[in-house]
Amino acid sequence: MPEFLAGTELFWPLAIPLATAAVCAAAWAYPRLQQAASLVGLVLTLVASLVLLQIVLSEDIVTKQFGGWAPPFGISFVADRFSAAMVVISSVLALAAGIFAIADLRRRQVKAGFYPLFQGLMVGVNGAFLTGDIFNLYVWFEVMLIATLGLITLDRTRAQLDGAIKYAVLNLFSTILFLMAIGLLYGVTGTLNMADLARVLPQTEGSVALTVSAMLFLLAFGIKAGFFPLFFWLPASYHTATIIVSAVFAGLLTKVGVYACFRVFTLLFEVNEGGIRPIVAFFAAGTMLFGVFGAAIQWDVRRILSFHIISQIGYIMLGLAIATPLAMAGAVFYIIHHIVVKANLFFVAGAIHRATGTYDLRKAGGLMKSSPLLAVLFLIPALSLAGIPPLSGFWAKFMVIDASFRGDMAWLGALALVVGLLTVFSMSKIWIEAFWKTSPRKVARVRAVPVAMLVPIAALGLITLAIGFNPEPLVAFANVAADTMTDPAQFIAAVFSEPRIAGVTP
Amino acid sequence: MQIIFPTMSRLFFILMIGVSLYMLFRGHNEPGGGFIGGLIAALGFALLAMAHDVGAARRALMVHPVALMGGGLLLSFVSGLPGLLSDQSFLTHWWLEIGSLHLGTATTFDIGVYCVVIGGVLCLVFRLYEGIEQ
Repeated sequence: MPEFLAGTELFWPLAIPLATAAVCAAAWAYPRLQQAASLVGLVLTLVASLVLLQIVLSEDIVTKQFGGWAPPFGISFVADRFSAAMVVISSVLALAAGIFAIADLRRRQVKAGFYPLFQGLMVGVNGAFLTGDIFNLYVWFEVMLIATLGLITLDRTRAQLDGAIKYAVLNLFSTILFLMAIGLLYGVTGTLNMADLARVLPQTEGSVALTVSAMLFLLAFGIKAGFFPLFFWLPASYHTATIIVSAVFAGLLTKVGVYACFRVFTLLFEVNEGGIRPIVAFFAAGTMLFGVFGAAIQWDVRRILSFHIISQIGYIMLGLAIATPLAMAGAVFYIIHHIVVKANLFFVAGAIHRATGTYDLRKAGGLMKSSPLLAVLFLIPALSLAGIPPLSGFWAKFMVIDASFRGDMAWLGALALVVGLLTVFSMSKIWIEAFWKTSPRKVARVRAVPVAMLVPIAALGLITLAIGFNPEPLVAFANVAADTMTDPAQFIAAVFSEPRIAGVTP
Repeated sequence: MQIIFPTMSRLFFILMIGVSLYMLFRGHNEPGGGFIGGLIAALGFALLAMAHDVGAARRALMVHPVALMGGGLLLSFVSGLPGLLSDQSFLTHWWLEIGSLHLGTATTFDIGVYCVVIGGVLCLVFRLYEGIEQ
């Protein structure tokens, strides 16, 4: 990084998508230009996030007060290992989606504003990962919500509007809960900066307002993440969107809710106190179980995969429920693995649709013969999702389940194993129906899958394989990330290290 | 066939754009600024669309509302970059003093906001009016 840009590394993962969104919107009448600008922006974002990760690896926690106002008055942006890894993996996914879009996106969808909205979504996602201010987090959630609504209704069909309304109502409800939780917290502590909250809250007497606030946070993020009693908006809306949008949503959106949950319940509230642990454990168990049951009765590929997002969120919440450093490390590993695998499965679903013309498994078939490469590329994420060794999902599941047995939550571990089996059932259903059996149609009309679709699928598959065959670096990374995350003292020290009042006055 | 409204709307349109620009540049020290100015200007275009038709208003705007929005956003974004060079702080503004006149990148930022607001509001208004016309 050039000398004059030192100290701005937290800025670029936010700024580049924002600038790209602006350029894409300004080039409204030129779809080709939008596409080019979007790809350039995605590559630059990935580079910026890798630079950020590299700096975080050497400095542990990077902070920045925007506008130069000293914390807790200014808005802090903070990157620790967990958030930097999330930014990197979401940038990878976004780039994959950008390449996939070359082949899949129709002109009408570009006209409806895909590129500006997509970049806007990335601004919101990266902002949510990097912010160190609880109210600012709310703002990023709103940014994401607006972009998301535009992206769901890209085709303006009745089904999409239906899905968008379900999505909007529940997510607006969730943001209202979030806002109320913030209000209560501010009323008790008088601050919104996460580091300052982490400093003030342990010295604050427990009160009803604080307990209610913690519950509201759990509910709000629970809706966003798709926890057990509140997940029904997810399978009702995700499959209506166009497949790139579904893939990005599946990979990122719920994970932002999960990320926020981890932040709030490691930094501000303790899972061990106030009876939060049994609730989270109950949610995690329900989420795993109902997600996988829901998937078992579906025939639409996208719906099966949507329900599996929910069941996998359960595994990640398992980590939070156990809340030992080992479990947290497992959760970090799991999130990273899951973002890659789940988005990849949606991309494969898009390729299946391109090849057979349908998402319905009963009508699809014969892909094994017609495109064996796609079959292999499907097997990698599918087996990884089910947790078959030596793919990345095995290590992720192993870490989480191992932690649950050690952390006196053996029943959760047992449940996780059963759910893993049922996941194999769903994945083999897709395998048998779409790839193995002969096509049920009289005239088998199988189209070729374009290279621009296969490249991102193969790239994400390679990442899965790389994690699977060499999990050691990522496990080590996840362990350190979990240590940093579960130790608020480090976070507080990093944010308050540079007391500085606004230097420039007009 | 209306006569008075369409005739007067042209006049009011020019007036409103003038007022909106005044509001935009007044906003530095007094109430006003890009957001309010943008709203007033958007109302001017909405008035044209109501008095004549949406096509007339679109022609008066010359660019597509979304393109205007993007351009404005880009302008605001660029106005924050100089601060990054001098203070490592995005949107810390640069100022130039000529006598009692203060010129700064904050003005550029406000002009960007002005464009974003016009574009955003008109995007909505034009679509709604077109719905009515059909």
